[in-house]
Amino acid sequence: MAYVRAIATLALTLVGLLLVTFSFSALSPVDPALQLVGDHASKASYEKARHDLGLDQPWPVQFERYVVRLAHGDLGTSRSTGQPVSDDLKRVFPATFELATLSMIVAALVGVGLGVLAAWRPSGALDSVIRILSLVGNSVPVFWLGLLALMLFYARLQWVGGPGRLDDAYEYTIDMPTGLVLVDAWRSGVQGALGSAIAHLVLPVLVLASNAVGQVTRLTRAAMIGEAGKEYVTLARAKGAGEARILVSHILPNITGVLVIVLALTYASLLEGAVLTETVFAWPGLGRYLTTALFAGDTPAILGGTLLIGCCFVFINRLADLLARTLDPRIR
Amino acid sequence: MSTSTESLEVPLRFERTRRLLRSPEATFGAAVVLLAVLVALLAPWIAPFDPSVQDIGQRLQPPSATHLLGTDGLGRDLLSRLIYGARPTLGLVALVVILTVPIGLIVGIVSGYCGGWIERVLMGITDIVMAFPQLVLALAFVGLMGPGLINGALALVLTGWPAYARLARTETLILRRSDYLAAAEMQGITGARLLWGHVLPFCLPAVQIRLALNLATIMLAAAGLGFLGLGVRPPTAEWGSMIAEGSKVIFDQWWVAATPGAAVLICSFGFNLLADGLRDLGDPHRG
Repeated sequence: MAYVRAIATLALTLVGLLLVTFSFSALSPVDPALQLVGDHASKASYEKARHDLGLDQPWPVQFERYVVRLAHGDLGTSRSTGQPVSDDLKRVFPATFELATLSMIVAALVGVGLGVLAAWRPSGALDSVIRILSLVGNSVPVFWLGLLALMLFYARLQWVGGPGRLDDAYEYTIDMPTGLVLVDAWRSGVQGALGSAIAHLVLPVLVLASNAVGQVTRLTRAAMIGEAGKEYVTLARAKGAGEARILVSHILPNITGVLVIVLALTYASLLEGAVLTETVFAWPGLGRYLTTALFAGDTPAILGGTLLIGCCFVFINRLADLLARTLDPRIR
Repeated sequence: MSTSTESLEVPLRFERTRRLLRSPEATFGAAVVLLAVLVALLAPWIAPFDPSVQDIGQRLQPPSATHLLGTDGLGRDLLSRLIYGARPTLGLVALVVILTVPIGLIVGIVSGYCGGWIERVLMGITDIVMAFPQLVLALAFVGLMGPGLINGALALVLTGWPAYARLARTETLILRRSDYLAAAEMQGITGARLLWGHVLPFCLPAVQIRLALNLATIMLAAAGLGFLGLGVRPPTAEWGSMIAEGSKVIFDQWWVAATPGAAVLICSFGFNLLADGLRDLGDPHRG
């Protein structure tokens, strides 16, 4: 029953998302028919373009057509690349997936670690330092941090690679069957390609993770402190269990449910945060595709990109709910 | 009647402020926020130069005695632009708050008080919108409707209200079966007056904490919109777009982008500290 409800909620949320993106395009002052035929077209050809695009139909009919087209995987044709938007998205998505996933791993390891450390002695010196650090992480504009990091670590110190995913020397010699730069650089067997890929990945991954670390730290700390005051912990301590043992085998299993939700929500927000990070690092992913489309006024590409990120976001959100229920019998 | 409640309320309010000020972090946060608001309000009197006057001969100067923070790519004084830039950035945050909180409160209170199918429909919509990606939808909205302060604010309002609706509903549900509300109803107070005068005040403390937590997020989203060129139109100074202008010369004149970004960081840090302090004070009507 819980699963049926979860699927129904998911379906409703997705329909809501479609309605929102559809109404954006319907209310937009940009006239797609005019974009198609140009300013100097005759009234007749303008009307014909409107008819071909279905813009002369009432909105419910237009929405129905929009959903039917989407169901067939047709997101329209991008005005700037001239390709079907769905092909464009398939091409750029792996780059974002790779960036967000690696950031997620960094944020999870660092965030959970710091959260546990901070909860060790609440209100102690270490806790205060970690609290301030995580607040700063929460407050920093990622795009600005990215710019400064590029200036310092790439331009001045030359420790890492610059914008893009590979050095120019490899950029056009390696083909990207999977679209994941680490995998493709490694499989290509080209000398130095993997190193170049890693050098270009480090900075965007860390910058993107910086926001998320604060979030994960704070929530892990809160969950830890919430559990540490409970009686079973006192009992374990009274029976002589060491602090490390209490942490690993008593407290952590009890906060797994919370951690799963926290990490899933973080992953969703990282996918979204990638938009700004990618713009700064010229990372050829979904975010950069979206911002490029924004500047070009490329409506099908904007809607397609928004829908893809939106669907991932909604799926992860709902999956987190479901996972938490499965993992933690207390919230069933 | 009214005098007795007032005399009770005033010391209570001072008591909360006093407790808030006891935390050094919250005090610092409040001071930062206050300072930023003052700078924004007093911009014409404290800015040393006109923020839009260009002086190409003086372009990209490093910080000096005349131009304390240097000049940008068009020779405009960066300190003056920073001071004036507080206006659209904080203005956008204020606009979002003014629009988001009432919408959330109305939806939450009405659904909590009415119950039944009204509650189910309203909360269903709230849950759906809550699962939407805020920043990306805001980008798409502004991208399609056209850039500007108002559209930027609307874009953030669109997905921002559900959190407040949920809070307000939870608080209203607690009240719905209370004797206090029954007494008010028996006195003949009903409808909007009941919700406004008797339910709303109980929702405000929780909403206030949530709002403080949210301010930093709104601020960062606003700066992000500006950075992508979706905020106010140039030549108006705005922190996000100033970072974007500075990004063109980041490798040589890094300070052009560094200072507006630091302003964003300090402001949202102030909001976060203040929010932390407010949250530590806890829910006043429970603790």
